[in-house]
Amino acid sequence: MEVKTEQNNPKKTSTTERISGSEAIIKCLLAEGVDILYGYPGGAIMPVYDELYKYQDKIHHVLTRHEQGATHSAQGYARISGKVGVCIATSGPGATNLVTGIADAQIDSTPMVCITGQVGSHLLGSDAFQETDIVGISTPVTKWNCQITKASQIPEMLAKAFYIAKSGRPGPVLVDITKDAQFEEFDFEYKKCKGVRSYKPVPDTDENSLKAAAELINNAKQPLIVWGQGVILGKAEEEFKAVIEKAGIPSAWTILGASAIPTSHPLNVGMVGMHGNYAPNVLTNQCDVLIAIGMRFDDRVTGNLASYAKQAKVIHFDIDPAEIDKNVKTDVAVLGDSKASLKNLLPLLNPNSHKEWHQKFKDLYKIEYEKVIKNDLHPTKEGITMAEVLKEINIQTKGDAAIVSDVGQHQMIACRYAEFNKSKSNITSGGLGTMGFALPAAIGAKMAAPNREVVMIAGDGGYQMTIQELGTIFQQKVPVKIVVLNNEFLGMVRQWQQLFFDKRYASTEMTNPDFVAIAKGYHIEAQKVTERKDLKAAVKEMIDCEGPYFLEVRVEKEGNVFPMIPTGASVSDIRLE
Amino acid sequence: MENENRQFTVSIYTENNIGLLNRISAIFQRRHMNIESLNTSPSEIEGVSRFTIVVNITEAQMKKIQGQIEKQVEVIKAYYHTEDEIIYQESCLFKIKSELLFDERQIQNIIRESNARIVTVNKEFFVLEKSGRKEEIDLLYRELNVFGIMQFTRSGRVAVTKDKMKISTLLEAFQD
Ligand SMILES: Cc1ncc(C[n+]2csc(CCOP(=O)(O)OP(=O)(O)O)c2C)c(N)n1
Ligand SMILES: [Mg+2]
Repeated sequence: MEVKTEQNNPKKTSTTERISGSEAIIKCLLAEGVDILYGYPGGAIMPVYDELYKYQDKIHHVLTRHEQGATHSAQGYARISGKVGVCIATSGPGATNLVTGIADAQIDSTPMVCITGQVGSHLLGSDAFQETDIVGISTPVTKWNCQITKASQIPEMLAKAFYIAKSGRPGPVLVDITKDAQFEEFDFEYKKCKGVRSYKPVPDTDENSLKAAAELINNAKQPLIVWGQGVILGKAEEEFKAVIEKAGIPSAWTILGASAIPTSHPLNVGMVGMHGNYAPNVLTNQCDVLIAIGMRFDDRVTGNLASYAKQAKVIHFDIDPAEIDKNVKTDVAVLGDSKASLKNLLPLLNPNSHKEWHQKFKDLYKIEYEKVIKNDLHPTKEGITMAEVLKEINIQTKGDAAIVSDVGQHQMIACRYAEFNKSKSNITSGGLGTMGFALPAAIGAKMAAPNREVVMIAGDGGYQMTIQELGTIFQQKVPVKIVVLNNEFLGMVRQWQQLFFDKRYASTEMTNPDFVAIAKGYHIEAQKVTERKDLKAAVKEMIDCEGPYFLEVRVEKEGNVFPMIPTGASVSDIRLE
Repeated sequence: MENENRQFTVSIYTENNIGLLNRISAIFQRRHMNIESLNTSPSEIEGVSRFTIVVNITEAQMKKIQGQIEKQVEVIKAYYHTEDEIIYQESCLFKIKSELLFDERQIQNIIRESNARIVTVNKEFFVLEKSGRKEEIDLLYRELNVFGIMQFTRSGRVAVTKDKMKISTLLEAFQD
C-alpha cells in the first residue's frame, strides 16, 4: 500500500496550503465545527482515517460496530443538538450499510453528512473490489449527493454538503470521494457555502397568507393545532408557545413534534395519529379550523384521508412548498420558516380562551383515562405494563430525560407516556420506523448532550437489530441508560396479528438470549426485573448509575397498545379497546 | 378537470449535474407515471440545462410532481404546460432502401408533401428527416411503412412556451 508523507513541502501561500485531499476533508469538518463523527474504516477510506489519527486531539472519531450504527448515532447527535451529524464509511458494503440510516434521516428531515470512500477514479465502472454505485443507490434517499474524483473539489463540495444538509428543510447528504482524490495534493482553501444558485432553502412568506391565516384563527370557534417537528427544526418553540397561549388553542403533536412544549403545558392535548390520544384524534373531525404547523399529514397521522377533517378549514405552515396540498388540501398555506412565520402571526391574533372547546378535550381525556390510561399506568393485573416503566422513569428523571425509543409497541407507549420538560427530548424513528434505531441513536444523543440524562427504550426485537453497539458504548464509555421492554414478541406485529389475522402469530414469537449476560459481557452493569415490586428500585439504580446501565423489564407478553386507528379507518373511529 | 388525465409538457431548468436525471426520473417512477418522452439540452442561459418531459397525468398529480421536482437542490424551476400553451416539435429519422426512391414514384411525392428532408443518399440507403408534431410524424410513418422502413427513430419533444419564462430574473433573485 502506498503510504504518503506530506509533512515536508508545505508550499504555503497566504490563504492556501498544499495538503492532501484526505487532510482537506478533516480541515473542512473542523471548519464546519464538527467535533464528533461516527464511522467504520476500510480500504477506500483509509487515507482519511490516517488523517483522523493525526487530528485525534481535534476531532473525535467514534468507531461504531456497524455502519448502520454510525448513521443512527449521527442522527441521535443531530436530533438532540440541532447540529449536523456526520458519519463516514468505506466503499462497497460500508457504503451500502449506511442506506437505512440515510433513508431514515431523509424521511425525518435530519441534517446529516455522510462521507464514503470510493475506489480509485480509474476503476470506476469496472466492478472493482468493493466498488458500488453508492451515489446511484443513495439518490432516492438523500437531499443531495455527489461524487468527488479530484482533491480540488473537496472544499467546495463539502461546504455545499453541510449547507444543504442543515438549511431549509434539513436532510441527509452523501459525498462519495474516490481514493485517488483522497491522496492527491492540492492548494487548500476553505470557504463556507453561503448559497446554492438553484436552491432556495426558505420560501418567501406571503404576508397576505399570514393575514388570511390570522383571520381564520380569529374567527374560529373550535380551532385545533397539530404541530410537528417543524417547530423544533425551526427553533420556534418560544414563538409557538406564545401563539397558542395568546389564541388559547388546544394543540396536539405528531411523534416527531413531541417535546417542543412541555407535556404538562395546559394547552398540550396530546398526540395525534394511529396510537395517539383519543381527544385530539376524535376532535380533528369536529374542529372548525385545523392549523398544521411544521407537519406533513403522514398517513399514520391522518388515517383515512377521505374522512380527515373534512369539516374544517385547513391552514398549513411549512417550509417545504411540496408539502402543501400533498395529502390534505389546504385553504391557507403559509410558506416559510416556522420561527419567523409564528413570530409574525402573533400580533395578528386576538386573545382567546375557547373554554367550552377545551372542555371537550377534557371530557374525552376522561374516557381515554378510564378505558386505557388507568389500566396502563395502574394495572391491577399481574404482568408489568410498558407504561408503568415509563411512569417510573418519568418520576425518577423528573421529566428531564431525553427518551430515545426504538420501533414497536414500546415506542408508542414511550411517546404516549414519557413526560418532557425540554425540547428535542423525544428521539425516535418516525417516518421510516426503523427497528434498531434506538441504541445507536442514544449513543449519539448522549455524546452530543453529555449533561442530559439519555434513556433508551427498545423492544426485545429491535434491540437485537443493533445490539452490537453495546461495544461502542463500552469502548467509548457512553453513560446511556438502556431499557429493554421484553415481551418476548415482536409485539406490534403480534398485536396486528391478534386483531386482524385471527391470532396467527406467524414468526413474531422470540426466543431471547440472556440479555443481562450480554450486557455484562460488554462490562455494562445490568439487571433484570420480572416483578412489579422491584421496578422502582431497579429504575433508581439505573438512573443513579454513573456509567452506562442496562435494565431488562419483563413486561406482559400480550399487551396491546390502545387507542388505535385501524388502517383505513377515520381518525374519529379510533378504537379504545 | 383536475382529475382527468391530460397531456402536460414539463419544462425544467436545472444546473448541469450528472445525477439529476436519476433524481427527476425517479419522481415519476415512484408514482408509476410513464414518461412519454424526455429530452435534455442546454437552455438559453449558459450553464443551465433544460429538461422537456411529456406526461399524461391529472393536473392534481402534475402540481404535486412539480413541487417534488422543484424540491431537488439543483432544479432552478419547473413549469408545466398544456398543449395550447406551447410550440413544440419532435424530430425523426427514417432509413430506407435507396432503390425505393427510384422505383416507387409515390415515395418522392410523400417526401415532398410531408416537408421531410433527405439528409443523405448512398447506393444502399437514404435517410429522411422530419420535424413536426407527433401526428404529422405518425402519418409519415404510416405512409412510408407500406414500402418498408429499415430503421426508424423519433426524438423526444422539445417545446418553447408562448409565455415568458423569466428564468434569468429568477436566477438573479436566487443570488441575492
Ligand atoms: C427494520 C424493521 N424491520 C421490520 C419492521 C416491522 N416491525 C414494526 S414493529 C415490529 C416489532 C417490534 O418488536 P420489538 O422490538 O420487540 O418491540 P415491541 O413491539 O414488542 O415493543 C416489527 C417487526 C420495522 N419496523 N423495522
Ligand atoms: Mg417485543
